[in-house]
Amino acid sequence: MSVAALRSEPQPAAVAPVARGASNVVTIARKPARRDSRIKQKIAAFFATVVPPLVVVAMMLLVWEFACSGPKSSLPAPTRIWAESQDLILQPFFVNGPQDVGLGWRVATSLERVVIGFGLASVVGVLLGALVGQSVWATRGLDPVFQVLRTVPPLAWLPISLAAFRDSAPSAIFVIFITAIWPVIINTAVGIRNIPQDYQNVAKVLRLNHIEYFWRIMIPSAAPYIFTGLRIGIGLSWLAIVAAEMLTGGVGIGFFIWDAWNSSKLSDIVVALIYIGVVGFVLDRLVALIGQIATRGTASG
Amino acid sequence: MIAPLEPKSHTRLVPMIGDKSFLKIDHVDKTFVRGSATTEVLSDVNLAIERGEYISIIGHSGCGKSTLLNLIAGLTTVTRGAVLLENQEVNAPGPDRAVVFQNHSLLPWLTVYDNVRLAVDKVFGRMKSKVERHAWTMEKLDLVQMAHARDKRPSEISGGMKQRVGIARALAMEPKVLLLDEPFGALDALTRAHLQDSVMQIHARLGNTAIMITHDVDEAVLLSDRIVMMTNGPAAHIGEVLEVNLPRPRHRLEMATNPEYLRCREAVLRFLYERHRLVDTAA
Repeated sequence: MSVAALRSEPQPAAVAPVARGASNVVTIARKPARRDSRIKQKIAAFFATVVPPLVVVAMMLLVWEFACSGPKSSLPAPTRIWAESQDLILQPFFVNGPQDVGLGWRVATSLERVVIGFGLASVVGVLLGALVGQSVWATRGLDPVFQVLRTVPPLAWLPISLAAFRDSAPSAIFVIFITAIWPVIINTAVGIRNIPQDYQNVAKVLRLNHIEYFWRIMIPSAAPYIFTGLRIGIGLSWLAIVAAEMLTGGVGIGFFIWDAWNSSKLSDIVVALIYIGVVGFVLDRLVALIGQIATRGTASG
Repeated sequence: MIAPLEPKSHTRLVPMIGDKSFLKIDHVDKTFVRGSATTEVLSDVNLAIERGEYISIIGHSGCGKSTLLNLIAGLTTVTRGAVLLENQEVNAPGPDRAVVFQNHSLLPWLTVYDNVRLAVDKVFGRMKSKVERHAWTMEKLDLVQMAHARDKRPSEISGGMKQRVGIARALAMEPKVLLLDEPFGALDALTRAHLQDSVMQIHARLGNTAIMITHDVDEAVLLSDRIVMMTNGPAAHIGEVLEVNLPRPRHRLEMATNPEYLRCREAVLRFLYERHRLVDTAA
């Protein structure tokens, strides 16, 4: 430390004459120039990330337009979608009656189910994962069961949950729950198994009890794994909700697609698909962002 | 008859001088069983340590030094024999035997302050008020000169600083015995010397009992009251115990020409490289 201090001392002396020698005009003129170039750099970076996808989307729309513009085409071209479903695109939050609402509201309804189902899955999944990761016997007993159950497709659970709950709303939530929980459990268990021996020793020397160990060591240490599981889970939930709503009915975005299909509104379906894609993308990024913030310390340690 | 104070303890407050039964390692064997293979790591290890003593354990790689330290810490259990701290058998880890780990083992998601505070809250949660615990934490950070980095995370500070925080955390538990597992092993020579001086100062101030594992002969002689030299494994035991009769405080530069220092240094080197050379090429 003292060595570094000694070394840094002569530097200002060596630099000062140069700075004094150069006229103030130069230093003042230089600063805005640097700021300008920084703004330019940012604008360039912005364009570098935004322009390529825009070009690709424009090209896709063009190809699509040409492919579907024939009179015998079975699918609508972009211009036709714009003409037929303009209201859905421009007004996501209109309400014309209990069943005739904007896509924003439909997405919100679906999201509500996902939030409840996924929220339950995260809590139960992390707890079960912690149990499986920590205990050899729980792993031996539960892991084969989990491995079999996780391969069951989400919709295969729907009839059973309909029979159990006798109502479509909780059934849809249950399907989300059962779809999202497996990656959460499995990733949490791996994270818990990978807690470094050092942290376990620290916990032992400090005599942390089970609850303290869970909150202070297990969860933060396994957090990167847990968030990987949650990110996979939210993706699967969003996949499952659309399919589940197609069958259970109600207001959600899934049922909207089914309804549009039955009344041959293909343009509406395309708009709904884009909504679903964008929302799924945002959900994924949201969980990733929360994960990034929550695991700031662990990831860089 | 009044017994004179021992010269080496004149700078410290030692409540019970000559109490050899403070920490006792009593005929300890340790055998690891993995599947059908059993390895005897330690065989018949005997050692009695006084309160306030600074003990170094030195030996070649794989001689069971770390195992011995883990046994005292309670992180592993003895196969035969017993470790007794103030006549109480040690069979589980606890804050009365705080460990400074080789790779610091700070929790990366907590700040420097929170890493120490976690230990303080855990050990003194019931005995001290919140204000007292804060003061205690800051005092320990001050002691290792790390108070300025209290809000930094471990990833933002250097290796030497991490080890300082590790020492602060261990000291914050106010342990009966401070266990140091190659505390300076991962540091560069300059940082290591700096930290060794800090540890000597802290030891002089607090008079705590310390057991340190090391590979470094100079470090062992400079810091210790006694150096415990281990024979090579398997079935390692204590080959020799060397008393270092150097007055404290000890200064690094004066030691270079001190005959007692050189004698001790030579004794350890002879033990390690003449009588107990590591023949195994795997080392």
